[in-house]
Amino acid sequence: MAEIRVSRPGSQPPSNTVGTFGWLRRNLFSSPLNAALTILALYLLYSALPPLLRWAFLDATWSGDDREACATNGGACWAFIRVHFDQFMYGFYPSDQRWRVNATVLLLIFGAAPLFVRTVPNKIKIRLGLGLLAIYPIFAFALLTGGAIGLPAVDTSQWGGLLLTLVIAGVGMTAALPLGVLLALGRRSQMPAIQTLCVTFIEFWRGVPLITVLFMSSVMLPLFLPAGTNFDKLLRALIGVTLFQAAYMAEVVRGGLQAIPKGQTEAAAALGLGYWKTMGLIVLPQALKLVIPGIVNTLIALFKDTSLVLIIGLFDLMNIVHNATTNPEWLGFSTEGYVFAAIVYWLFCFGMSRYSQHLEKRLHTGHKR
Amino acid sequence: MSELSPSPARTLLSDQAMIQMEGIHKWYGAFHVLKDINLTVRKGERIVVCGPSGSGKSTTIRCINRLEEYQRGRIVVDGQELSNDVKQIERIRREVGMVFQHFNLFPHLTVLENCVLAPIWVRKLPRKQAEDIAMQYLERVKIPEQAGKYPGQLSGGQQQRVAIARSLCMNPKIMLFDEPTSALDPEMIKEVLDTMVALAEDGMTMICVTHEMGFAKTVAHRVIFMDGGEIIEQNPPEEFFTNPQSDRTKLFLSQILHH
Repeated sequence: MAEIRVSRPGSQPPSNTVGTFGWLRRNLFSSPLNAALTILALYLLYSALPPLLRWAFLDATWSGDDREACATNGGACWAFIRVHFDQFMYGFYPSDQRWRVNATVLLLIFGAAPLFVRTVPNKIKIRLGLGLLAIYPIFAFALLTGGAIGLPAVDTSQWGGLLLTLVIAGVGMTAALPLGVLLALGRRSQMPAIQTLCVTFIEFWRGVPLITVLFMSSVMLPLFLPAGTNFDKLLRALIGVTLFQAAYMAEVVRGGLQAIPKGQTEAAAALGLGYWKTMGLIVLPQALKLVIPGIVNTLIALFKDTSLVLIIGLFDLMNIVHNATTNPEWLGFSTEGYVFAAIVYWLFCFGMSRYSQHLEKRLHTGHKR
Repeated sequence: MSELSPSPARTLLSDQAMIQMEGIHKWYGAFHVLKDINLTVRKGERIVVCGPSGSGKSTTIRCINRLEEYQRGRIVVDGQELSNDVKQIERIRREVGMVFQHFNLFPHLTVLENCVLAPIWVRKLPRKQAEDIAMQYLERVKIPEQAGKYPGQLSGGQQQRVAIARSLCMNPKIMLFDEPTSALDPEMIKEVLDTMVALAEDGMTMICVTHEMGFAKTVAHRVIFMDGGEIIEQNPPEEFFTNPQSDRTKLFLSQILHH
């Protein structure tokens, strides 16, 4: 006998699966073990957070010009950071010339801003991006170094702090990515000479620690150069960091290239597209999108690795903070210094990470295949 | 087997040869995949290539636009001989459209962008003109309304029709089809075959690797049967299906027609 059911309105789900109570049950107390872990975590937070907050905020000293100001409170001495702040930002860049650093940074922010606005057409973005890539480094170099157009010269050995960190990271990133892409393409090339060259390059740079690279660039390189050649220390660091990270980047990009089905290059070839157009229009856009997490991983590593330049006596953010903690007038505040440095590094790295997630979401056109 | 639209008239063919394959041999390592393939395709001729899997059908047509290299023999396409010269290969590929079993649309580009890419970057057409042409062909394959979508949002049949339109946008003189319906669900096969029949009606020179024998009967001038890297038999469809010559052809036909 046929039975027809009249459809009825949906009823409420059981009350212990929804709302705050349901959420707690699902996420924190779903099993005895999870309940125990939740309680343990709460206990740890309870015992660690209040002292931390007391040190960082309640008992902290925010103002004052010498260490005496910090002697009484017992909390963090943020006055140490405040007094040294300009040094942390600019290094030994002459005070009256620091506007040049600010101008360089502002120019980049305003110049690059349209690249991040969604309503700007892609064509303009590409032109602006390439234009910036070609002109901005020259401009920034001229402005920061000076020695012409009425600006007093500032030697690169005076650059320091966050400025130096950003210069190394910025140059490293913008140079390592394209170089890495070329190396990755070269490693997959049909031409044996190019392939061997790229494999050798990648395996060499991946096989040595960055510290070794930096050491060699400052100790060994002068041995090979004619006596009297002055090879800028910063330039050596830049080249070392770039080539080192390009090798890592190449392998990340190669991972993406391998994930693109052969049919894509075949379809492009069948339409009459040559190698560079196939790579540039079909393969790389897909491959790079796939490996955004890996690329950003490498960029973040690069950003943090810039702190290794202290090995060759450059005063990047990390080294200049370290230097300030050894200042006899401010002995004993290394914790504050390193916490500050950590926060600055974290802000930049977290920013990159969030932007990459946003980018991944926006570029997602995959749907199902 | 799918019901197809009425067969396009098998008009008298011109004598002009579009494709000449002479003594093509190919080896994968020590394995001899193509053994002395000789094939002349005249302008406007429609050829269906069939045969068991691994018989070298796809490899044969992929030699024509040099997606596969061959070790011996020569191929002349529309009066131009294939050589190792990259520029020459690209010149020939411009005139030879190809449709793949797995569509191979570019997933990061919209349907319209898929269609205008090659005309803009290879034929150097202005974008506006390329888009007009693309819309025209998307209308012909009956999916102009999908122009703004990404391939991943379309059904298999729609994707394959986009792939056909994409090839046609280059205004090719020859179309190669490499098992265009093998990856499709049964209800989508007809829409793709209908598109191909319509193309045949316009007099396009076509080589089609397929197991759609209905399509072969209605559209092909010649059916070629391959096995073991050799052309075993070639005949007009009526002759091929009613009076197969070799035992291998008979066996193959009995297997695909009576399953």
